[in-house]
Amino acid sequence: MIRELSSGDIVYLVVAARWTVLLALAAMAGGGALGLVIAVCRVVSFRPLNWLAIGYVNLIQGTPLLGQLFVFFFGLPLFGIQVDPWVAAALALSLHAAAFFGEIWRGSLQSVSARQWEAAAALGLPYHQRLTHVVLPQAIRIAIPPTVGFLMQLVKDTSLTALIGFVELTRASQIISAATFAPLPVYGTAAVIYFVICFSLSRLSLRLERRLHAAR
Amino acid sequence: MPLVEIADIHKRFGAVEVLKGVSLSLEKGEIVAVIGRSGSGKSTMLRCVNGLEKVQAGRIVVDGIEVTAPGADLNLLRQRAGMVFQSYNLFPHLSVERNVTLALRLVKKMEREAALALARQVVDRVGLADKLHAYPDELSGGQQQRVAIARSLAMQPTLMLFDEITSALDPELVGEVLRVLESVAAEGMTMMLVTHEMNFAKNVADRVIFMDQGRIHEDGPARETLLEPRTAELRAFLSAVLH
Repeated sequence: MIRELSSGDIVYLVVAARWTVLLALAAMAGGGALGLVIAVCRVVSFRPLNWLAIGYVNLIQGTPLLGQLFVFFFGLPLFGIQVDPWVAAALALSLHAAAFFGEIWRGSLQSVSARQWEAAAALGLPYHQRLTHVVLPQAIRIAIPPTVGFLMQLVKDTSLTALIGFVELTRASQIISAATFAPLPVYGTAAVIYFVICFSLSRLSLRLERRLHAAR
Repeated sequence: MPLVEIADIHKRFGAVEVLKGVSLSLEKGEIVAVIGRSGSGKSTMLRCVNGLEKVQAGRIVVDGIEVTAPGADLNLLRQRAGMVFQSYNLFPHLSVERNVTLALRLVKKMEREAALALARQVVDRVGLADKLHAYPDELSGGQQQRVAIARSLAMQPTLMLFDEITSALDPELVGEVLRVLESVAAEGMTMMLVTHEMNFAKNVADRVIFMDQGRIHEDGPARETLLEPRTAELRAFLSAVLH
């Protein structure tokens, strides 16, 4: 049955967008934690860990996110592990984000000059204080724009989880579009919602940058 | 007992032997200028003294701490042997004041007020009292280098190492940094400085060490050594740098 697009449908889309946001948040938390581990594994002077991290990053960055989603959603049940779309989506996006965060943060850490490490060492600061008081504050400032940029990417990438049946903003749009046969207004609304989320993030990034810049 | 004792140190970077058996000792209060061509090993030797570079053979003892011993307390050593670098290396995210107080608070565990007072004192000493709250990128190269000296002085080291600290400066800014160095020297600080400022070496240093190809070729009183070099290598070097 085809029905008219109503304001209730718009509300439905906005409500569905909470899953987009929650999924992005979950991937940010999970991916952030694992990304930190990967960044550390990349920079410590222990070859096996370096290789492990590089291998992981290459594997994730070199394969499509959709494939990664399928691996979790269709792959895990083959081993007798039943996962619902939410779990599969959160897991796959977290592992995906971790590879990118790991590389962004490794790059930020390594872009702080070795001379800064030396200057801190020459003042008698032990290793952990060279890191926390001298190198990290500079690395974080460098890391903000690419980190937030990737977060925006992540928000939009959550739309791929529609293909494993997770009802977030894009899947909700498909459902309503099919029922109302009004794809343009429906997907247009979805696009506006994605834009609002991403634009908020970019404003947040600017504010963070300004704040850290003022404090240098 | 000398304050710094370097005994037959060897240092290799890959296949390149940069230090080929260097021995040297410094008495407390001595000011030693180390000169030589780039690549002669002078900076590397200086960096070995505070453990920024590890030697492959030989022994270094600074103020009773055996730098070359495995498990040496390098962080303690570095509180006693301050170092100033060619490229200043101030912490860009911290104000002048916090550049100075950082190690005082973290390493020396000083109270905030005491650290701030000491920071004001040393920054004033290098003539930058009005820049206490400025950030490094708001300062000229000469000012940054003076802050770096103040940062190191604040730790009240027994020895200071200066690694070509005027080499990156515009010519008109060299003088202000050298004047600060002279005032530090005048207070009896033991100093080891790698430098290309021959006049400064002649007038301020007690001793000059000339290095060439990883070895010490001359070691003697500053004035005589520079005015009457004994080796052909030093003569050639001096005529090259003095045009």
